[in-house]
Amino acid sequence: MSHWPLLSIVTFLPILGVALILILRGDEAATARNARWIALWTSLVTMLVSFVLWADFDTRSFDFQFVEQAVWLPGLKIAYHLGVDGISLFFVLLSTVLTPICVVASWTAITKRVKEYMIAFLVLETMMVGMFCALDFVIFYMFFEGVLIPMFLIIGVWGGARRVYAAFKFFLYTLLGSVLMLLAILAIYVNDGTTDIVTALNHNFAPALQTWLWLAFFASFAVKVPMWPVHTWLPDAHVEAPTAGSVILAGVLLKMGGYGFIRFSLPMLPDASAMFAPLVYTLSVVAIIYTSLVALAQEDMKKLIAYSSVAHMGFVTIGIFTGTPEGMQGAMFQMLSHGIVSAALFLCVGVIYDRLHTREIARYGGLVHNMPKYALAFMVFMLASVGLPGTSGFIGEFLALVGAFKINTWVAFLATTGMILSAIYMLYLYRRLIFGVITRDDVRSMLDLNWREVVVFAPMIAVVLWMGIYPSSFLHPMQPAIAHIVQHLEAARQTPHAPALAQR
Amino acid sequence: MPIYSLHNFLTALPEIFLAVSAMALLMLGVFQSEARAAKEVSWLGVVVLVIAIFMVGAQNGARHVSLAGMFVIDGYSIFAKILVLIGSALSLILSVRYNEREKIARFEFPVLVLLATTGMLMMISANDLLSLYVGLELQSLALYILASFDRDNARSSEAGLKYFVLGALASGMMLFGISMIYGFAGATGFDTLAAHLTGATPPPAGLVVGIVFLIVGLAFKVSAVPFHMWTPDVYEGAPTPVTAFFSVAPKIAAMALFVRVMVGPFHGLITEWRQVIWAISVASMILGALAAINQRNIKRLMAYSSIGHVGYALIGLAAGNALGVRGILIYLTIYLFMNIGTWAIIISMRRNGRLVEGIGDLAGLSRTQPAMALALGIFMFSLAGIPPLAGFFAKLYIFMAAIDSHLNVLAVIGVVTSVVGAYYYIRIVKLMYFDEPAAGGAFDRNMGAEVRAVLIVATIVIMFFFLYPSPIVSGAEAASAVLFPG
Repeated sequence: MSHWPLLSIVTFLPILGVALILILRGDEAATARNARWIALWTSLVTMLVSFVLWADFDTRSFDFQFVEQAVWLPGLKIAYHLGVDGISLFFVLLSTVLTPICVVASWTAITKRVKEYMIAFLVLETMMVGMFCALDFVIFYMFFEGVLIPMFLIIGVWGGARRVYAAFKFFLYTLLGSVLMLLAILAIYVNDGTTDIVTALNHNFAPALQTWLWLAFFASFAVKVPMWPVHTWLPDAHVEAPTAGSVILAGVLLKMGGYGFIRFSLPMLPDASAMFAPLVYTLSVVAIIYTSLVALAQEDMKKLIAYSSVAHMGFVTIGIFTGTPEGMQGAMFQMLSHGIVSAALFLCVGVIYDRLHTREIARYGGLVHNMPKYALAFMVFMLASVGLPGTSGFIGEFLALVGAFKINTWVAFLATTGMILSAIYMLYLYRRLIFGVITRDDVRSMLDLNWREVVVFAPMIAVVLWMGIYPSSFLHPMQPAIAHIVQHLEAARQTPHAPALAQR
Repeated sequence: MPIYSLHNFLTALPEIFLAVSAMALLMLGVFQSEARAAKEVSWLGVVVLVIAIFMVGAQNGARHVSLAGMFVIDGYSIFAKILVLIGSALSLILSVRYNEREKIARFEFPVLVLLATTGMLMMISANDLLSLYVGLELQSLALYILASFDRDNARSSEAGLKYFVLGALASGMMLFGISMIYGFAGATGFDTLAAHLTGATPPPAGLVVGIVFLIVGLAFKVSAVPFHMWTPDVYEGAPTPVTAFFSVAPKIAAMALFVRVMVGPFHGLITEWRQVIWAISVASMILGALAAINQRNIKRLMAYSSIGHVGYALIGLAAGNALGVRGILIYLTIYLFMNIGTWAIIISMRRNGRLVEGIGDLAGLSRTQPAMALALGIFMFSLAGIPPLAGFFAKLYIFMAAIDSHLNVLAVIGVVTSVVGAYYYIRIVKLMYFDEPAAGGAFDRNMGAEVRAVLIVATIVIMFFFLYPSPIVSGAEAASAVLFPG
C-alpha cells in the first residue's frame, strides 16, 4: 500500500462523490435520495481509507509520513506537498469520521436542496482533510480559506432565522484573520525562498520578524479557535447553522486554530511564542471563566454549548503554549475529545430540535420519562464535556492543567475554576432538559431515539469511553511529534539563535 | 532606416493588419444590406481579432525597436497584447446578440472596437511619449463613440459625453505633463529618457511635475482614485457589452502602458513616483471596497469593483520590480476572465425581453437558474479573492511583490480592504442562494449559444486555474523580466 498516494485519495475522494451527485438527474425526491446515499458511501469509503492511514502509521517516528510531493508552480518552489505526522493524523481522522456522521444526522432533517447540501459537505471534507495534510503554506492556505465557501453556504442556505447575519459574520471575521496570515506566509516566502512548511519549521527566523509573523498567525488562528475577545462569531454561527453544520464547526473547524498554533506558531516561532505566552494565558483564562459564566446564563441550548466550546478551547490554547509535553499532549487530546464530544452534544440538541423545533431550554423538561435512551446518550456526552474521569474530557483537561501547573500555578488555578463552572452549567442544563416532570403535551409525545440516531450515537459513546479509559492508543502516536517540538523549543530557549535542530 | 523598410512593417504587422481590416470591414458594412451587415461584420471582426492573436503570438520574444524608435515589441508587449485581443474578442462576441435585441445593431460597432483595439496595441508598444499619446487618443476616440452607441438613449449619450469631456481633460493634462518632461529632460523617447534619468542626481522639479501630470492622465485611463469619477456613470450608462469591453481591454492596455512608462524611462526616479502610486493605490482600494457596498445597480457595483481591482494591480507597480510586474500581468489575466464571465451573466439578465440591472433582481437565482447562479457565485468568490479560485492567485502574486519590496503597510491595507470588499461580493452570493426568488421570476433562458460559450470558458479558467497555473505564471514571469534587463 505504501506507494499509493493515500493522502491524496483521502483528500480528493469526496470530490469524486461531488461529481457523481452533480450528474444525478430525475425528479427531486429521487435525486435527494440518491444524493444522500452517494454522500454517505463516499464519506464512509473516505473514512475507511483514512483508517488505513492510521493502521500503517509508524508511531515511533516524529517525521512526516505518507509524503507526496509534486511540482506545482515550478519557478516559485511552491509544491504540492502532503504528509501527516502524529499531530495531523488524528485531525484527518476526526474530519473523516465526523463527515459520515453529519450525513446521517441530516438524513431527514434536511429536506430542501438536498443535492447542494451534500455537495457542500463533501467539498468541506476535502478542504478540511487537505488542510491538515498540507505541507506547503500556499496549499495549506488554499484549503484553510476554501473552507469558508461551503461553510458560508451551509449556514446561509440551511440555517435558522438569523442565518444571513451569522453567515456574514462568520465569513468576514475569519477572512480578516486569515488574510493577515497570508501576508505572513508571503513574508516567510520572501525570507526563505520557499513556502515549504518542513523547511520553514527548521528555519530560524530573526526575533523581530518572529514577532510580526507570530502576530499575523495569531490573528488568524485566534479567530478560528476562537479566543476571547474574537469569539463572538461562534455563538451566532452555531445557533444559526443546521445541526450538521454545528457539528463540523465545533468538531473540526475550531481545531484548525489549535492545529495552527501547535504546527506553526510554536515550533516555527519559538522566541515569539515564549514572549507572547503570557498574553495567550491571560486571554485563555478570561475565556474559560467569562464564557463559562455566560454559558450559565443561556436560555438557548445551542448557544450554551457554543459558549462552552470557547471555554474548552481555552484549555487547549493554555496547554499548547505551556510548551511542555504534558500540556501539548493535553491540548491535542482535548481537541480530539472536544471534537467528538461537542459534535455529539450538538447532535443531541439536533435530536430534540428535530422533534419540537425549538432550542429554548425551558420548553423541555422531564425527557427521561419518554426518552430514556436519549437521556443516557446525552448523559455520557455531558459528563465527558464536564471532564469526568473515565471519559475523554478528563484526560485532555487534566494533562493540560498539569502542563500549566509546571509553568504557572495561577494559570492552572484559574483554569481549574473553569472545570468547576463547566460542571455547574452542564449539570444545570441536563437537569432542566432531562429531569423533572413533563408539563407539556408536545414534550410528552416526543419519541425516543430511532435506529438511525442510535447508529450515530453508539460509536461516538464508544469512542468517548475508549479515549477516557485507554488514552494511549491516541497519545502514543502523537508522542514523538510532540517530543520533537518540545526538544526544538528547549534548544531555542537555551540558545536563542541556535541553528535549526535535527532535520526532519 | 527608411520608414518603408520591411522591419518596420513586420514589427507592427498585427496593428497594421487590424487597422486595414477595420477599413475593409467598414467598406463591407457600407455595401452590405443593412439587415445582415451588423452580424456579419461583428463575426468577421472576431475572426480578425483571433488572427491578430496568432500574429502577435508568432512574434518572437526578442526586443525590436522600429518606426524611428517610436515603437517597440518584446515579450512584455506580446503578453499584454494577447490579453487585450482576447478581451476585445470576447466582448465583441458578447455584443452581437445584445445589440440585436436592443435594436442598436449597427456595423460601426465592431469597426470601432477594432479601431480602439488598434490604439490599445499601439499604446502597449509605445516607446516614445508621442506614440504613447497617439495610441491613447486613437483608443479613446473610438471608446467615446462606443460609450454613446445607444444614441437614442439619454443615459448612453450622457455616458459618452461625460467620458469625452473628462477624457479630454485628462488627455490635456497628460499632454501638458509630456511637454514639461520634454522641456526639462529634452527628449520624449523612452530609451533616451531611461539613459539620462538614472536617479544619480536629483531630478529638476519641473520634470517631477511633468511625471505627476503624466501619471494623472494614465490614472484617469485606468480609473484609479481620485481620477475615477467618470467610471460609475459611464459603466452604468453605456450599453452593457460596451461596459464589458471598457472593464477589460482598455484597462489592461492602459495598465500595461502605465507599467511600461513607469519602469522604463522613469525607473531611475522610482523614489519620486512610488509615493504617488502608493497613494492612488491605497485610495482606489479603499474607495473600491467602501463605495460599492451601497450600490443597487450591478453595473455600478462592477464599476466600483474595477476601481478596487485597479488599486490592487497598482500595488505591483508600486513595487516597481520584475516581481511586481509579474503580479500585475497575472492579475490582469485573471481579472480579464473574472470580469468577462460576470459581464456575460449581466448581459443575460433579461426578464420578458427587457433588461434588468438591479442587484435585487438576482435574488433566488440559485432556484430558478442554478447553473448561472453557480457561475456568478464562482466569479464573486473569485473577485473577493477566496481560494482555490483564480482571484486568490491574482492577489497572492501581487501581495508577494509588495512584501518582497517591503511595502508592508500597503499590503496590510490591501488585505484589509479586500475583506471589506468581500462583503459586497458575498452579498450577491447571499441574494442568489439565501433569498427567495425575486418577484419577476426567472430570467429569460435564451441567453444564446455564444454568450454561454464565453461564460463556460471564463468559468473553467477561474475555477480550474489552480490545477495548472504554470503557463500563465511562467508566461507572465518571462514577460515581466524583459522590462528589467540586467
